[in-house]
Amino acid sequence: MTKPTLIRNAKLIDPAKNKVEDGAILFAETILDVGNVSGAPEGAEIIDADGAHVAPGLIDMRVVIGEPGAEHKETFKSAGRAAAAGGVTTLVMMPNTTPVLDDQSLIDFVLRRGIDRSGGVRILPAAALTQHLDGELMTEIGLMAEAGAVLFTNGDKPIHSSRTLRRALSYATIFDALIAHRPEDPYLAEGGVMHEGELAARLGLPGIPAAAEVIMAERDLTLAELTNGKLLLDMLSSAQTLPTLKRAKARGVKAFASVNVHHLVLNENDVDGYRTFAKLSPPLRSEDDRVALVQAVSDGLIDVIVSGHDPRPAEDKRLPYEEAAFGAVGLETLLPGALTLHHKGDVQLNTLFRAMTSRPAELLKLPQGRLAKDAPADIILIDLGAPFRLDSDKLRSKSNNSPFDEKLLQGAVKRTFIAGKTVFNG
Amino acid sequence: MAQRPTGGKKSDQSARAIRFRQKHLLAIADLDRFEAENLLDRAEKFAPMLDEKIKKLDTLRGRTLINLFFENSTRTQSSFELAGKRMGADVVNMSVKSSSVAKGETLIDTAATLNAMRPDLLVVRHGSSGAAELLSRKVDCAVINAGDGKHEHPTQALLDAFTIRSRLGDIEGLTVAICGDVLHSRVARSNVALLTLLGAQVRLIGPPTLMPAGAEKWGAKVFHDMRAGLKDADVVMMLRLQRERMDGGFFPSAREYFWFYGLDEDKLRIAKPGALVMHPGPMNRGVEIDSSVADNPNVSLIETQVRMGVAVRMAVLEALAESGANQEPA
Repeated sequence: MTKPTLIRNAKLIDPAKNKVEDGAILFAETILDVGNVSGAPEGAEIIDADGAHVAPGLIDMRVVIGEPGAEHKETFKSAGRAAAAGGVTTLVMMPNTTPVLDDQSLIDFVLRRGIDRSGGVRILPAAALTQHLDGELMTEIGLMAEAGAVLFTNGDKPIHSSRTLRRALSYATIFDALIAHRPEDPYLAEGGVMHEGELAARLGLPGIPAAAEVIMAERDLTLAELTNGKLLLDMLSSAQTLPTLKRAKARGVKAFASVNVHHLVLNENDVDGYRTFAKLSPPLRSEDDRVALVQAVSDGLIDVIVSGHDPRPAEDKRLPYEEAAFGAVGLETLLPGALTLHHKGDVQLNTLFRAMTSRPAELLKLPQGRLAKDAPADIILIDLGAPFRLDSDKLRSKSNNSPFDEKLLQGAVKRTFIAGKTVFNG
Repeated sequence: MAQRPTGGKKSDQSARAIRFRQKHLLAIADLDRFEAENLLDRAEKFAPMLDEKIKKLDTLRGRTLINLFFENSTRTQSSFELAGKRMGADVVNMSVKSSSVAKGETLIDTAATLNAMRPDLLVVRHGSSGAAELLSRKVDCAVINAGDGKHEHPTQALLDAFTIRSRLGDIEGLTVAICGDVLHSRVARSNVALLTLLGAQVRLIGPPTLMPAGAEKWGAKVFHDMRAGLKDADVVMMLRLQRERMDGGFFPSAREYFWFYGLDEDKLRIAKPGALVMHPGPMNRGVEIDSSVADNPNVSLIETQVRMGVAVRMAVLEALAESGANQEPA
């Protein structure tokens, strides 16, 4: 039996509600009571939050881990450490490992080994949508869904063939499986390393036009409509894509979208000076794009905020900008990054947490992500205002490629509970 | 419809006496219920003959039947050959290798050549939908479609219906689940048309990638969950996975297909107790059907289907020969 814990004198961020409420929460393995808790059972640990915030643990729907196959980048253990410190209690692991997660036995491996090594952080596998991620033939979606894959994706490699994506979307409907697809026209994006615009021209870097995203998103949404499949547009970057998504949702297409937290906080100017840590895929775009994405999160048009955690060792980033790898770590900066929008007054706190807790839980059909009786006690205690300057060398991840390096952020996780057990105590 | 023979097992001389009104047998979709039952009733009298020592009639003596097969076939071609021979016809088998050049033109040229030989019955199988109909417009004799592309295979549906009728009596009111690769199946199209015509409740079961767009408008109910579709079915008709007709991945793998859509004893238990199993052959064992089901004589009608095929084809030949004899010469 997990020892019960009572957190009192807290501000509760319940994503199901529209405002923060004062109250307490009592939990063991599951949440026993929330709101006006009458008392704690004998032997319970009692924490006086002293006005700090309590929220459901974050669910990060897009995390790259190097295990198996690239353990020098990240392991279940290091990812678990970083996640717990960042308030991420459940993470969805991308299938671009070696070997690729395209077989039920590998799904089983991740489910067993992940939580065993991660220090309790729940690691859920996203399965490859096509065999070897080569975009040609769909994988055993049914068998892997039964084995526990929570979504199906081709990762960073968009599927060129509309026919392949059509069939995969259609086939996945049998299992009500969610397909995440990166909308990026591979031909328009080929060779590009940053947002196409004046800055890219001045820096002499090949650009990726926003049109690459809009074109592919239009195609993907049209196919989702044709097949009645469930589609998550993975990590939108451009304002131009948003009206397209809005129209599709209004038509009743089962379409959802995520955004990488970096794209809500940073823009193309962060690339200036050839900063390879800000080299992301999709690229950081203009300030207008960033503002539109923030608005879309606030409106609920964008469903989910992800860290896009993509660990890259120094040797992949200490290169001329064009040659450097794409990607940034994000497990420990998802929360403070997202809280930037709260501190600026751009997005209401409950809305912000919805995109990192209850909405991902709904899409993944998880019982987590709620401050409700009987939900699993995956809970974080946060000091929302705590200021700090990010020192990427101190990140717990095995890689430290964060574009937030040396930036001033606010918001620190004081304690992380998973199924009622403390997995981080800061 | 007052005059239609009531279904069930009976050798009805009055039904047989009624002339079959179609010149060709190209598609079940061309038949009304009366015509379909006319053919099934005719087959009733040929079925017992198959077990007799001397299996030959002289109904078609002096007539010529040409088997024109552009696609390889074992059972359908030999079934038509036997049917023709038992009816006393002269049977010529022409196996035409499909050439890659201008198939349409080749088909019409072949038709002209054959027509000059003055056959009475032409049985044709072709890989292109609509080929039998095209041929029927170019020749003077009766044309029987033995399978055209992904369109129809009317004699297969007739023999399936005949097999069900001979085992369960009336087809009216039965629930028949047709499972598997509906998209590429001419057998499924003919069977949906015939079984619904005869009053059965037809269900189509398969992954959405193997279900043609609009199938729900055929008068059958579409299921993607096999277990839901099998519930209370009287007959389970498995379709052959037409891998030779597939371009790219319609489903991930044979093992996944078998897991979700292969008929094994476990899934069959969901159907009505005593439900019968059919398959048009040739079977992909361990892909769409488990051997424990296919080889179980208590549930499997698969061999009966083959046997009944000859009787049904004899009936079709007889009906069309009569029909042709009464028509104006071309």
